[in-house]
Amino acid sequence: MKLITAVFQPYRIDDVKEALTGLGVAGLTVTEVSGHGAQKGHSEVYRGSEYQVEFRPKIRVDVVVADADLETALEAVASAARTGKIGDGKIWATDLVEVLRVRTGERGEAAI
Amino acid sequence: MTPADVAWMLAAFAVVLIMFPGIALFYGGMVGPKNTLNMLMMCMSTLAVVSVLYVLYGHGAVVGDSLGGLGLLGNPLEHFGWIGIYDDPGDGSIVEPYWFAFYVLFAAITVAIVASAAVGRMKFSAWIVFSGLWLTIVYLPIGHWVFAYDGDGTTGGWLRNVVKLHDYAGGTAVHMSAGLGALALAMVLGKRRNTQMRPHNLPIVLVGVGMLWMGWIGFNGGTAGGANFLAQYAVMSTLLAGCTGMIGFCLVERIRDGHATTLGMCSGIIAGLVGITPSADAVDALGALFVGFASGAVVAWAVTWKSKLGIDESLDAFAVHGVGGIVGSVCVVLIGFGGSPAGIEGVLLGGSWDIAWRELVAIVAVCGYAFVATYVIAKVLDKVMGLRVDEEAEYEGMDVSQHAESAYDMERS
Repeated sequence: MKLITAVFQPYRIDDVKEALTGLGVAGLTVTEVSGHGAQKGHSEVYRGSEYQVEFRPKIRVDVVVADADLETALEAVASAARTGKIGDGKIWATDLVEVLRVRTGERGEAAI
Repeated sequence: MTPADVAWMLAAFAVVLIMFPGIALFYGGMVGPKNTLNMLMMCMSTLAVVSVLYVLYGHGAVVGDSLGGLGLLGNPLEHFGWIGIYDDPGDGSIVEPYWFAFYVLFAAITVAIVASAAVGRMKFSAWIVFSGLWLTIVYLPIGHWVFAYDGDGTTGGWLRNVVKLHDYAGGTAVHMSAGLGALALAMVLGKRRNTQMRPHNLPIVLVGVGMLWMGWIGFNGGTAGGANFLAQYAVMSTLLAGCTGMIGFCLVERIRDGHATTLGMCSGIIAGLVGITPSADAVDALGALFVGFASGAVVAWAVTWKSKLGIDESLDAFAVHGVGGIVGSVCVVLIGFGGSPAGIEGVLLGGSWDIAWRELVAIVAVCGYAFVATYVIAKVLDKVMGLRVDEEAEYEGMDVSQHAESAYDMERS
């Protein structure tokens, strides 16, 4: 099992969610986050004095998939989030030791 | 006086009162989200402090017979408690209770401008004490100099009657004194620990500006004293100067910083209105457009001075009101319109230089006195009760530390 974490432009969230739903992914966790990569921040000027906005708002999606679904899920999220401009974000995947469905107590891939 | 005069003055009174929540929102939107309520409280509290002191001794100190005939301060006991002003002349004229109360609004709005310097670090208790002292020691004398005319056997203020300045509605007593007062207070208070704060809500800044602009119509229109030619003239110039203030400020920003901003537009409107306050009766339409443009442009340039000087005069009352007021007064000298109610011919239009020294003396006297006196009041008060909150309170924000409230619920509920 893999945990896919994607951080991308907030306005792409609807497309990403649809792409994942299209793959049969039932659940995902969405968080509003802020940070910067290559895009850096931006500066605003108020009455002639500069204000640095160092972190940009991004959205973070965490989704758990079976090992076999990793590639298609990565592709789906990436193509839904991509705009082609700097600031599109990053996606990374990590190995999961265990997953447990709280309601039923199911374990492993059955719990995804 | 006709019933129409009384009706307009009553309406102007109500309109000017709107300036208080107006200036509170104007400043409140410009500060950080944790200092908003404190700013609203400081602005509105000026009405509370000033009205009490005005009924006790303030009105006499401004318009009363000059102490010793010197023209420096009116007799503070002359209208003590506003006693004996309630005889109805029965002719429908505008009576003393109205005028006395109208003066309260002028004084309180001046103190509210000074509040802008205290953002994010001044104890509310210290502000209340400071505002009463500032009214008494700075505004009342300057108000007397400028607003008190010589009467039958009484002496008025020296700037009005000896120097004979031209100041239509308080460019000196209101705007220059507040602007320089704010600068001095900010210097004594020192910098905030975190000055990297951007305006938290520009839309409410604009709401405040709208209320202020409307109030200014009552302020300048009401200074005419009735429903007359002068009131209509002043309303015209007040509109036009606000409009070109916007242009002047935004143009400087566009050239210097690359963008015309909402805050710049709002600041430019106020700068234009400040500029037209001393000159609303002295310039024609083209002149009013110029006054607004010049005020907006010069103020846009002047807002950058404070950071170079290292002074945390956060909301730029010095630039907007001090410098803006000076620009307006200088415009009377330069481009005064001979056919206006004030009838002063500007030197660029072939008029005499006579008005120049009068305006210069008034500017130097008011700015100099306001700055020095405010500096002394603030220094003394800092020694006596301490002006600043401690570091933790400043970090926590003034809303919570001074008022145990938050403007916004930041946590999801």
